Amino acid sequence: MVELTEVTRYYGPKRALGPVSFEIEKGDTVGILGLNGVGKTTLLRILACGLRPSSGSVSIDGHDVLDNPHEVRKRVGYLPEVPPVYGDMTVKDYLAFVGRLKGMTAEAVSERMPAVEECTRITEVRDMPARHLSQGYRQRVGVAQAIIHEPDLLIMDEPTHDLDPVQIVEMRAMIRALKESHTILISSHILPEISQTCDRLLILDDGRIVASGSEAQLEERLLLSRRIRVTVRPAATGATAARALIAGVPGVKTVDRTGAADGTTEEPGTATFRIEGEADVRAEVCRALVEAGHDVITLTRAERQLERVFVGLVAEGTN
Amino acid sequence: MGATGIIFQREFNTYLRLPIGYIVGAVVLFLDGVLFWAVALRPGAGEFLSGTVLGVFFYLASGMTTIAAVVLSLRLVAEERQTGTQLLLDTSPVRDREIVLGKFLAALAFLSLLNAATIYMPLLILVNGKIAIGQIVAGYAGLTLLGGAVLAIGLFGSALSRSQLVAAVVTSVITAMFYLFWQLSEVVEYPLSNFFAALAIHERHFVGFQQGIFHLRDIVYYLSLTWFFLYLATRVMEAKRWE
Repeated sequence: MVELTEVTRYYGPKRALGPVSFEIEKGDTVGILGLNGVGKTTLLRILACGLRPSSGSVSIDGHDVLDNPHEVRKRVGYLPEVPPVYGDMTVKDYLAFVGRLKGMTAEAVSERMPAVEECTRITEVRDMPARHLSQGYRQRVGVAQAIIHEPDLLIMDEPTHDLDPVQIVEMRAMIRALKESHTILISSHILPEISQTCDRLLILDDGRIVASGSEAQLEERLLLSRRIRVTVRPAATGATAARALIAGVPGVKTVDRTGAADGTTEEPGTATFRIEGEADVRAEVCRALVEAGHDVITLTRAERQLERVFVGLVAEGTN
Repeated sequence: MGATGIIFQREFNTYLRLPIGYIVGAVVLFLDGVLFWAVALRPGAGEFLSGTVLGVFFYLASGMTTIAAVVLSLRLVAEERQTGTQLLLDTSPVRDREIVLGKFLAALAFLSLLNAATIYMPLLILVNGKIAIGQIVAGYAGLTLLGGAVLAIGLFGSALSRSQLVAAVVTSVITAMFYLFWQLSEVVEYPLSNFFAALAIHERHFVGFQQGIFHLRDIVYYLSLTWFFLYLATRVMEAKRWE
């Protein structure tokens, strides 16, 4: 569906992107994650045929963006960071205008409009001038203009930009609904936004992709071991015996008692251990503790947050 | 309807929706009316031939048309770049020449609407004096051609920058230059004098229209000037589309 080969983009002597190569299969939802200024918008605008790559090739659905830009533009819906909405037009007139601009007939726009309004939940504001819309509705209208012509590829640049928490949840739900009918490419510098909606992540740093894969794969890359946290009410043998028992479980690499040392407090009569395992050792640890007469109060996976993974990957790239 | 028509429709409706259309319209019609009163209805104006009065009216209206064309053209592209909506056009399957033509025709249609609203003044002369309908037709044709040429210059200026102020300066300078070519032609030697006179946007090429005469050279001049600046605007749009 999308194929980039050694794509670069320079602004004067400054390299903003690349070389970047990747492919996106039809139906995938891919997130581009990166800090501000690493080239996310540049990449998306190249894919949307709004920016010429300095070198390399980009094709969408078999059409090269430079050789056949109009064919690409027909197949792509693009939501920039700031929705390109005409404030003087009503929402329905604006969407009709965009639909016609994208090559739809007036009849096709009329038929498509109710579905788009329902999907983006803008029916109640359809007769309002766009300048009177709240930021949330403005963003939804931005999505509506991007999908009005039923594009194969939907590109969204920071779709939750400037939204409040409720609107962010609504936007995520909308994206999840759109996944069923579009190949989607989303950029963001906010991890949860990407990790909760995308099947695959591309981590961009200094214009280059420093890692790609699913959330789990990315975690694996930096987290060769798994971290779990277990709180026990030790048997008569005491917490030290519990710690030794855990350390003896196959797959356990390290065991540390938490508490005053790392700023956490334990309930009286309990002991909490942080365990690094080579794999997920929750079941083995739990079984061993119970069989030895220790009460397991809580047992959680304390996987490193993806934010830290992201920071780690970026740091790897820098080094 | 092609992309040109779709963009034309949007742009024309924008003039009707936004204050800019009404402000320009009100100012142009007010000043046209005041100037008409000052020239045609002042005491002693009856001594002039009706055709002369009508010619003076078109002469004054051409100035107002030029100013209106400059103002109306400034927002055409610069505003889109300023608000980010240009990105919508840039990422749509629409050719730059279609965008330029749609915007130009919309501005020309609105300007023609304003000019058409001044028709009551020539009609007053027609009712109270003796003039040829042909002079009215030629005068308005001249205003349309002159307005079109200035709009094309303005569209080019607007395409150059996201700032309407920069667009205003560029458009005003180029337009003033084409006006001043006439004065320049009077102070330089032949053959430069002929060259500059031939380029003068008003004194050489509009005078015929205001007197009710269609000269092919004037029509060709205005259409060429319009085409040239629309072409430049298109090239600028093409260059900036991928930037």
